[in-house]
Amino acid sequence: MSRKTLIPIGPYHPLQEEPELFKLYCDGEIVKDIQWVTGYNHRSIEKLSESKTYEQVFFLVERICGICSTSHPFAFANAVEEIVGIEPTDRAKYIRSIIGELERIHSHLLWVGLAGHFLGYNTVFMWAWKYREPVLDLFEMITGNRNSYAMFRVGGVRRDIESDKIAAVRKILADVKSKTDLLTGAVMDDPVIHARLKGVGILTKQDVIDYGAVGPTARASGVAIDVRKDDPYAAYPLVNWKVITAQAGDVFAKAEVRLLEMYESISIIEQCLKGLEKEKEGDIMVKVNEIPEGIGHGRAEAPRGEVFHFVVSDGSNSPARHKIRAPSYVNIATFKKSCVGQTIADATITLAGVDPCYCCTERMAVVYDVRSGEKIMNARELIDRSISRSHDLMEELKKSK
Amino acid sequence: MGNDPIIVKLKDQFKTGILEVTEKNQKRIIVTINPDSLPNIAGYLYRDAGFRFIIASAIHTKRGFEIHYHFSEDSAGLILNLHVILDRNNPEVESLSNMFNASNWIEREMHELFGINFLNHPNQEKLISEGNWAEGVYPYRKEFKSNSEEKE
Amino acid sequence: MGFKSYCFKKSLWVFHFGGASCNNCDIEILDCLTPRHDLERFGILLVGSIRHADVLLVNGSINHHDKERLIEIYNQAPKPILVVAIGACGCTGGIFADSLTFAGPVDKVIPVDAYIPGCPPKPEAIIAGIVKLVSK
Repeated sequence: MSRKTLIPIGPYHPLQEEPELFKLYCDGEIVKDIQWVTGYNHRSIEKLSESKTYEQVFFLVERICGICSTSHPFAFANAVEEIVGIEPTDRAKYIRSIIGELERIHSHLLWVGLAGHFLGYNTVFMWAWKYREPVLDLFEMITGNRNSYAMFRVGGVRRDIESDKIAAVRKILADVKSKTDLLTGAVMDDPVIHARLKGVGILTKQDVIDYGAVGPTARASGVAIDVRKDDPYAAYPLVNWKVITAQAGDVFAKAEVRLLEMYESISIIEQCLKGLEKEKEGDIMVKVNEIPEGIGHGRAEAPRGEVFHFVVSDGSNSPARHKIRAPSYVNIATFKKSCVGQTIADATITLAGVDPCYCCTERMAVVYDVRSGEKIMNARELIDRSISRSHDLMEELKKSK
Repeated sequence: MGNDPIIVKLKDQFKTGILEVTEKNQKRIIVTINPDSLPNIAGYLYRDAGFRFIIASAIHTKRGFEIHYHFSEDSAGLILNLHVILDRNNPEVESLSNMFNASNWIEREMHELFGINFLNHPNQEKLISEGNWAEGVYPYRKEFKSNSEEKE
Repeated sequence: MGFKSYCFKKSLWVFHFGGASCNNCDIEILDCLTPRHDLERFGILLVGSIRHADVLLVNGSINHHDKERLIEIYNQAPKPILVVAIGACGCTGGIFADSLTFAGPVDKVIPVDAYIPGCPPKPEAIIAGIVKLVSK
């Protein structure tokens, strides 16, 4: 008779930065069901927004999530500018897109690092985070901070990227490109990574549509949605780039999409820098005196998918209602489909595959025995289980040579 | 205008359900509907017209509890809101979660924050409120003065 | 040499507790371990269980749900333990202090030995803060 086991992951674990409790119900080695207990991260941000002025809300929303720090102000700016009926200057659009794409690069590098750790490739973790540092240095040079950039305002951006900075951006970008080549090669060519990620955590196209999943999670299953192409904003319609998709829907496809997207981001930034050189320096703001009554829908393509902000204005200084939906809100729910049927060893990488941002969602995993309700392992043990699976595969590979 | 076909189709199929259409521009449309027609119209958008459910936003106003169900037609970049106004004393509406999973969490959240009841929801349990506020407390509800001089 | 100084003489093992945070601080803490700052060369390790820790790093504004977990973690921690509140949220609640669900800041829940402000504090600031604390 098979025993069903309960394995706790979280709520607080050193490498799972945010607290969210996932309950994985297992039968022997197979995950049968997944439930979650959230509430650890709830900060009532939508309510707080109603007591802040529009300018203050930018500082609030960029702290919804440290990694998608630009995407929330981006979507909020789009929403408010829709209410007012204006668009920022071209120079501001280029700057917004540059910041947005730099964020995508650093976020995907962060993900590659975490995924590497979950698989037992600690070198990948260290490299990816080391190569992230120059991107953070760029942010510090342009905006003054490594995270939480305070770059957005209604009608434009707060700081310019002057011509003397452009050369530095180009230099670091070239370096990032060569490091991306290194990481892509390391991930895509490694047989153990193929064995660990291919066929694991599959999300079908139909599931993506049913759950309304977005971002690389959707694109890896062949659903070609990307806000930058579908509902263009900022400088995206002014430059050439393509939407990256894959068909398999497994974690490998998700990794592939993220890695290839980094190249598109680099290309977009290079084109935006050329665009900046043609625009007048300092022309970064369209003056807005007041926000009239009205409704605005703003969206932006964050590294994890579509960020959606819905703003209702009553003509006063603060939003009357500000609804925020981060991409992880819809993506995390897909675990019901992608995690069930996986082995415990594959559960961690499946969970990580969606690149969940719990602070965007509000929102760690525990495994329970389906029958007895007993806890068997903790978060550390679950990750160790995944790491030892990789080691077993490496051994098998050596023996077969 | 480019989106007239969808409005024409909706009006054609759901004559009595549609109360008002506001077209801000080609890419932003709000259709105010009778709450009873919500499942049918939402079903049409999702199954037949290929729209994606983004999220739903609830607002407590003097008119009652309003919900905007945001749908996206990705190839056109169109956002179409199905807008309902629910009774302020007994806000309830049919759940969409039996039709697609995308609305499951947000309906639970709206229930916790506003006290709106989603009929036939598969699991209308707590999502975020556990330990954060008490049962029966709906923190996003507002206080409105109810004297007769207030404009509706 | 006092008992406390004796305990903290050698390399520190650190347990990290993230409350209701935006993650910026969490990532900057993790950044301290990565090659640019590389705290591990000083023997500073991030551990998986509070029972192995010398230092408890707390960041994030604390909501009601986290508050109980934080108290539990503190009670489980072997004493003496040094508690460090990191980031604007950890120190005072930051921009979330007016929020409905705010139940902190950290020093209202458990005793704090050091505060490292910033939003987020740079890894250099975190390192400087911990070094200052331990040299006290």
